[in-house]
Amino acid sequence: MLSRTADHLFWMMRYLERAETTARLLEVGARSALMPDVSGGYRNDWEAVLQASGGYEDFLSKYGETKQRNIETFLFFDESNPSSVLSCIAAARENARVVRTALTSAAWDALNTAYQELRGMQRMERSTLSISDLSEWTMRACFLVRGAVSATQLRNDGYNFMGVGTSIERADNTARLLDVKYFVLLPSLSYVGSGLDQSQWITLLQAMSADRSVNWSYTGELTSSKIADFLILNRQFPRSLLSAVQWTNDHLDEIARIYGHATQAQAAARSLLGELAELRVDDIFDEGLHEFLNRFMYRNGEVAQRVQDCYLRGIPA
Amino acid sequence: MSQTGQSFFNEMLNGSDVRAAYRSLERWHRDMPDELRSLKQHEAEQLFRRVGITFAVYGEGGDPERLIPFDMFPRVFTHEEWRKLDRGIRQRAAALNAFLADVYDRGEIIRAGRIPEHLVTNNEAYEKAAVGFRPPKGVYSHIVGVDLVRTGPDQFYVLEDNCRTPSGVSYMLQNREIMMRMFPQLFLENRIAPVDGYPRLLRKTLASVAPQKCDGEPTVVILTPGQFNSAYYEHSFLADLMGVELVEGKDLFVEGDFCYMRTTEGPRKVDVIYRRVDDAFIDPLCFRPDSMLGVPGLMSVYRSGGVSICSAPGAGVADDKAIYVYVPEMIRFYLGEAPILENVPTWQCANPDDCKYVLENLHELVVKEVHGSGGYGMLVGPKADKSSIEAFAAKIRAKPQNYIAQPTLALSATPTFVDEGIAPRHVDLRPYCLVGDSIELVPGGLTRVALNEGSLVVNSSQGGGVKDTWVLAE
Amino acid sequence: MRLSVRHNTRYTFETPVRQLIQVQRLWPSETASQQIVSWTVSTTDSVYGAGHRDGAGDWFETVSVRGPVSQVDVLVEGIVSTTDTSGVLRNHREKIRPSSYLRSSHRTDPDASLKVLAADAAKAAGEGTLSLAHALCEAVADAISYVPGETLAHTTAAEALAGGAGVCQDHAHALIAVAIASDLPARYVSGYLMATEEDAVAMSEAGHAWAEIFVEGLGWVGFDPANGCCPDDRYVRLGSGFDSVDAAPIRGLVLGNNTDEEMTVEVVVQETEQSQQ
Repeated sequence: MLSRTADHLFWMMRYLERAETTARLLEVGARSALMPDVSGGYRNDWEAVLQASGGYEDFLSKYGETKQRNIETFLFFDESNPSSVLSCIAAARENARVVRTALTSAAWDALNTAYQELRGMQRMERSTLSISDLSEWTMRACFLVRGAVSATQLRNDGYNFMGVGTSIERADNTARLLDVKYFVLLPSLSYVGSGLDQSQWITLLQAMSADRSVNWSYTGELTSSKIADFLILNRQFPRSLLSAVQWTNDHLDEIARIYGHATQAQAAARSLLGELAELRVDDIFDEGLHEFLNRFMYRNGEVAQRVQDCYLRGIPA
Repeated sequence: MSQTGQSFFNEMLNGSDVRAAYRSLERWHRDMPDELRSLKQHEAEQLFRRVGITFAVYGEGGDPERLIPFDMFPRVFTHEEWRKLDRGIRQRAAALNAFLADVYDRGEIIRAGRIPEHLVTNNEAYEKAAVGFRPPKGVYSHIVGVDLVRTGPDQFYVLEDNCRTPSGVSYMLQNREIMMRMFPQLFLENRIAPVDGYPRLLRKTLASVAPQKCDGEPTVVILTPGQFNSAYYEHSFLADLMGVELVEGKDLFVEGDFCYMRTTEGPRKVDVIYRRVDDAFIDPLCFRPDSMLGVPGLMSVYRSGGVSICSAPGAGVADDKAIYVYVPEMIRFYLGEAPILENVPTWQCANPDDCKYVLENLHELVVKEVHGSGGYGMLVGPKADKSSIEAFAAKIRAKPQNYIAQPTLALSATPTFVDEGIAPRHVDLRPYCLVGDSIELVPGGLTRVALNEGSLVVNSSQGGGVKDTWVLAE
Repeated sequence: MRLSVRHNTRYTFETPVRQLIQVQRLWPSETASQQIVSWTVSTTDSVYGAGHRDGAGDWFETVSVRGPVSQVDVLVEGIVSTTDTSGVLRNHREKIRPSSYLRSSHRTDPDASLKVLAADAAKAAGEGTLSLAHALCEAVADAISYVPGETLAHTTAAEALAGGAGVCQDHAHALIAVAIASDLPARYVSGYLMATEEDAVAMSEAGHAWAEIFVEGLGWVGFDPANGCCPDDRYVRLGSGFDSVDAAPIRGLVLGNNTDEEMTVEVVVQETEQSQQ
C-alpha cells in the first residue's frame, strides 16, 4: 500500500488514543480536586495534569490562572492546544478523511460522527456539560471507532498499521500517566507509601479504568509496587506497557508475514519486548521508576521511528 | 415563469401534453405524497453526506464540506436524441485530439491558414515543453467533457469543451446510484441505460495509453493536488471505483528512466498517471519551480517514454475559449466531415468589429473570460444591472483579447422539485468522452440545473444543483 | 577554435539529504558553430536516466541521488570545436515554432520603461529586423552596466533596468523583454564563454548567458549584451528557454528534508591545442 496511506492510518489511531488519554487526564484532575488535602483544603493537581499533557506553558500564557473551567476548556475544546480532545479527534478524522477509501464505512462513520457530535458540544452551554460527561463521551467515542475498526476492517497491512499506531501511542501514554503520578503529582519522595500516595494511586487506577481489575489480579493490601506491576508488567491488563508492546510486536509480525520479510522495525520491537518480559517490578524500582519510564518512552519512540523509516517513507532505510 | 421573458424549450411538456419519455416520471411525481417526498429528499442528503460527497468552492470560504444540492427529478433523453449527441461528441473528441497532435507537431492547420498562429503558440495553455513528443496512441485529451445546452427539440449547442481534467463525473455516478437505491421501481418502469461501467472504461482507456517502455499490465494511478482541492472527493471516489492508488506529488519520485510511488513495500513503478493537477504544477523542474504538488523530473520521464500523463501536458490549448470558435473548422480539416453539433455563435472581442458589437449589446449577451472558469469571470447581460455592465465594459476595453461573447440562449428547462411541487428549471449537460485506443462514451452525463427561478447559471458555486440523467434504452 | 570546458558544481548540505533529483541540460548540441569532440557529464553517487531531446533541440537527463549524502558534485568536461557564424544559429534541429517565444515570463515581462527602451531603440535603428535587433542589444548594454552583485537570481528585467546594473542574466532578460515588446520572438540561452582580457568581467560569473532573437530569413541569431557582441567561436551553446529558470543547465530539488544548501561553481574554458585530443 501507499506509504502515505499507511502513515495516515497509523496517525489516525495515534490521535484517537491520544484523545482518550487527554480525557483520562481530565478525569484524574477532576477526581483529585474532590479530595481533601493535608493542609485542610482541597487538593489542586491541575498543574500536574497540565504538565502531563505537555501543555503547561501554553496554558499559563493563554489563561494564567489554573481554574478548573479554564483547564476544562484548554484540555477539551481548545483548538490551539494540540493535545486537546477536540484537536486530537479532529486530527484523527482529518487523517481518516484523506484515506477515506482505505476505511470501511462503519469505521469512517464512527469517527466522523464523533467529530460532528464534538462540534455540536462545542456550541452547547458549558455549564450543562460536566467533566465526567466529557471524558466518558470521549472514551465511548474512541471505543466505538476502535470497535468498528476491529469488527469491519480487512485484516490487511492497513489494519496492522492502525494497530501499531494504537499500541505505540498507548504504551507512550500509559508511561506518561504513570510518570505524572510518580514524578509530578507526589510533592516529595518522603510521601511514598503515605496516605496521599495511596489516594493518588487509586485516582490513577480509576482514570485507567483499572481500579476494580487490579483488585481481581492481586491479593492482599494494594501497594505501590503491585500497582506499578499491574500498569507496567501485567499481561492481562490491556493498557499495561507489556500488553501494548506485545501488540506492537504482533502487528509488526503480521506485517512482516504479509510482505514476506521482516525489517529493523520488528527487530526494535522485539528487543523492547524481550527486555520488558524479563523485568520484575523490583528491578524497576531499583532503577528508579521515573528513570525507567523515561528510558521506556525513548525506546518506544525508537520503535515508532523504525516503523516510519522502514515502511512509511517509501524507500526503506 | 422566466424572468428573462423569453420562451424556452420545456423538455417534459409539449404544450400541455407530457412527452412520452417523461410519462412515467410525471405519474411518479403526481402519486408521491409530500411527506414521502421530503423524506426521500432527506434520505438522499444523508446518503450524499454519508459517502462524503461534498464540494468546496474556490475562494468562497465557508463550509468546505458543503453538499451540492441534488434534485430527485431525473432528466430524460430518448434513445434517438442520444444517438445524435453520441455521434457529435465522439466526432468532437476525435477532432480536438487531432488538433492537439497537429499543433505539437507540424502545425498543418496553422500552415494551411485555417487558424491564426498566435492564438495557438501565444496561448498560455500551449506548452513549449510538449512540442515534438507524440504521446502513446497520439492521444492528448483522454477525458473530454463537452458542455452542451439545448434550445429546442433538435437543437443542441456546444457551450465549451474541457480537454484537461473535466470534473463532475462522480456526481453522474453517485446521482444514479442514489436514484436506484431510493426509487428502484422507476428503473423497472423505464429501461434506462446504465452508466456504472464508467470507472472500468476509464481504467481501460488509461491502460491503453501505457508508455512504450511499459511491458506487462500497466500500473495506473490518480494524481491529486490533495485533500484541500475542491474535487478531492471525486479523485478518491474514482480511485476507489477503479481500484487504483490515489497519490499526491510527494508519493511519487523519479529515478533513472522511471517514476515510482512510495509504498510500504518500497518503490513501485508507475506507468500511467491520470493527473488532476494543472500543467504548471506537475513538475517543478520543468514548469513552476515553486510547485509543491508535482513530481520533480516527471516531464523528462514522460518525454523519454517512461510514463504516460493523462491528459497530456499542453492539452488545455484545445479547450481555450479563443480556440473554441475554430472547433467546427478542426472537424472539417482533420476529419473531412461536417460538424454534427453546433457551436454557439461567438463574438471574439480580440476582433475590433466583434468587440464594438459586443460593447453595444452587452445587455443581451453572455460575456466570458477566455482563461476563466467556473462562471466567476462572467457577465450575463440580461441579468446584470447597469453598473455591473459598465464595470464589465471597462474590463473588456482594457483587455479585449481576454473576452468572448455569446447570445443569451434560451436554455431548455426540465421539471425540478420546488417547494410547491415541480417547476421548470434551466439545465445543461456534460457527458464524458473517453479517448484511448478507442473512443468510448457512456450513455449519460452530468445534468446541472439552475435551481433559482429564471436563473441561467448552473455552476454549483452559484446556486446550481445536479440531477440524474437518463438515456432510455432502445 | 578548439575549446576545452571544465565545469564543476558542488552542493554541500548542512544535514545529509535522503533524496535529491536534478534535471540536467549539460550537453551542447551539434550546430554549424559547434562540433563536439568529446563530452562527459557525471554526478557523484547518482543514477542517470530519462534522456531525451526536447522541441528546442536540447538534450536532457534526470539525475537521482539516494542519500544520505552531504555533498554532491556535478562535473562536466569536454572539448568542442567551434566556428564563428556571426551569432547565427545554423543546422540546429528544433521543432518549436518561433512564435512560441513571443510570450514573456515573469522575469522577461516588459514594463513601461522597457517598452520605452524598445521604442527608442526602434527609432534609432536602420531598416530591417536585423538592425533593429542590434539596436535593441546596444540599448540594453547601454542601459544596464555590468556590475556583479547588484542583482539576484530572481531579479526581473524590469528591476534590472530600474537599477541600471546587472550581470549577463539580467542583460539577457532585458534584451528578451525589449525584443518581445518589439514583436520579435526572443529567448534565453545558457552556455560557456572563453574569457579573454577585455571581457574577463563577464567570466567572474559561473556560466554565461545571452539571448537569441528570431530574425525572419536568418533564423535565430545570438546577441550578448553583456559583452556587446554576437556569439562567435569563443562561445559554447548549451540550451535555451523563456528565461534563466526555463533555460537553466541544472534544475534540482532535495526531496524530504529541508536543509541549508551551499553551492559552489567553477568554470574553466580554454583554447586547447589540436594535438591534445
